Amino acid sequence: MSALALEVRDVIKTFESDSGPINAVDGVSFRVDHGEFVALVGPSGSGKTTMLSILAALLTPSSGQVLIDGQDLARMSETRRVALRREKIGFTFQSNNLIPFLTAAENVEFMLRLNGNLDKAGKMRSRELLARLGLADRLNNLPNQMSGGQQQRVAIARALIHAPTVVLADEPTASLDTERAFQVVRTFSALIHENNRAGIIVTHDLRMVQYCDRVLQMRDGKLVKELSGKPEILALAKGE
Amino acid sequence: MNSIFLASYLALKEVWRNRGRFLLVSMVIALITLLVLFIAALGEGLGTNNREYISKIDGQLVVFLEKADYIISASRLNQTTLRAVRRVEGVDSAGSVSAANTAILLPDDKILKVSLLGVESGQPGTPLITAGRSFLTDQSREVIIDQRVVDRSKIQLGDFITIRSTQGTKDEFFELKVVGITSGQAFFFQPSIFIPPFVWERVRPKSEAELNNLTPAINVIVVKLKDPSQAAAMGQKLHDSVENIQVADIQTTINNVPGYSAQQGTVQTQGFFTLLIGVLVIGGFFQIQILQKVPQIGVLKAIGASNTVVGVSAIIQISVVTAIGVAIGGLMTYLFSLGFPPTVPLSFNGNASALAIAALLSIGPLGGLVSVFYAVRIEPLKALRLS
Repeated sequence: MSALALEVRDVIKTFESDSGPINAVDGVSFRVDHGEFVALVGPSGSGKTTMLSILAALLTPSSGQVLIDGQDLARMSETRRVALRREKIGFTFQSNNLIPFLTAAENVEFMLRLNGNLDKAGKMRSRELLARLGLADRLNNLPNQMSGGQQQRVAIARALIHAPTVVLADEPTASLDTERAFQVVRTFSALIHENNRAGIIVTHDLRMVQYCDRVLQMRDGKLVKELSGKPEILALAKGE
Repeated sequence: MNSIFLASYLALKEVWRNRGRFLLVSMVIALITLLVLFIAALGEGLGTNNREYISKIDGQLVVFLEKADYIISASRLNQTTLRAVRRVEGVDSAGSVSAANTAILLPDDKILKVSLLGVESGQPGTPLITAGRSFLTDQSREVIIDQRVVDRSKIQLGDFITIRSTQGTKDEFFELKVVGITSGQAFFFQPSIFIPPFVWERVRPKSEAELNNLTPAINVIVVKLKDPSQAAAMGQKLHDSVENIQVADIQTTINNVPGYSAQQGTVQTQGFFTLLIGVLVIGGFFQIQILQKVPQIGVLKAIGASNTVVGVSAIIQISVVTAIGVAIGGLMTYLFSLGFPPTVPLSFNGNASALAIAALLSIGPLGGLVSVFYAVRIEPLKALRLS
């Protein structure tokens, strides 16, 4: 397997506004390897969420290429993009993450169902993953019977269970207290590394980048800085 | 195929986990079902009570007096016409039918209003006898009664019944022996009793001027053809061969029963509008539900569920909830109907009830069509408010 999981080549995303066209993402290029956990940070309006939406195949770039396992998202039909989302991408959202009428175990297993490969081993794997995330006693709980942190951990398990190439997380700690936020991102990072996935987390909270291998800083739609050394990342996390 | 399984899984899980909420929707459908089925049963019952005897007549054509506009009570024929009809080539047999109203006296000063029909034994117009026998002669003081008369009184085969009849300005009472029982022979909303023509002429209510008339008056003549497939041609032939008559088939005769068409039209219109209201109410319910589920559908689509899965899931859910509602409504209708007195003309055996159930089963999917389209068009990005 090639080390390269995701490649973004000179991506531009333009939106029309009353004052004319705006480039929400403006010529961004980067690569993420398997087993690498990358943070996408920047102030509000910097374009990081738009970038994440493009990576998640929910938005088509105006120009440029996004390659996941060598397949260009921009050139795919809608049907193929839907298939790619369920096969090669894992996703956790800020909120409303889980299907409210499925239990924790069913929510995780649903990704396997969606891909048509839910079997006994898959069920076992999803339970083990939930147990690894400290939810062994919550398998049969519905989302409204769990805390925000527990729900986020179920969402992480769901994002990983079908062995996707890329795992995306959009502000997964936004609604969590500090202790739970650290716990969630720490576990997320560990699972990304253990399972050799390419992980990208979008976050406002710079303290969370300490668990990442690389940090990409965006401003006004452009990639303005890239930190890859651990000391630099830790310094950013500490606000230095 | 996986899409159908997935859609079923999602639809049924959601219904089961939110069974209280979905049961409420089903109960609304059940109430609409109750209303529609009652209207359908009432329409069927009213129609049956109006046309039952005519629809079961053993003949293909009915002869009326010309210009009677196919109305039985407005038609007055005579024995000469009856003989002329019987002589027409192609006529197998013909029987006179005379209609009037009377009341059977019951114990405790109660009465049972019935249609008094004069028919010729063995000729078309005589009902099928389910117990006992027909009249011995045209002048026997014998009567064949409808099963409904038995159900509403304690009269049995072999009993004597007393009927009250106004003769001129006086009430007179006549005794008749019950020799036969027939079933399902309502006419003009009343159960029927059948007596021979000469007895009918004697006991029917009469005006002062008619008191001395002993020749049986005839309202219509029922004609049985040698070749029933030639009904239309034979109708024309009878009209050309016999003076002063008009001929109708059975359906035309039924449609011209006074009030029948207007009554059926009214009931059908009520049923249609109830179904229409049902479609709108159910449509509103499911539309609100889909609006509440926009983020959930957004998540499903974002993680790779196809539009087919989302759309089929919505259709399955609506169909299941509707089917449960119709089943509960059907059961409620049956239980309610047990408590209604026999005078309320409810009939659940007809095509109208079957048609109503089919229409009810389609109101959910029909009403939910807009919400299914809406669900399919939800964009995950907007639903999740990622941008």
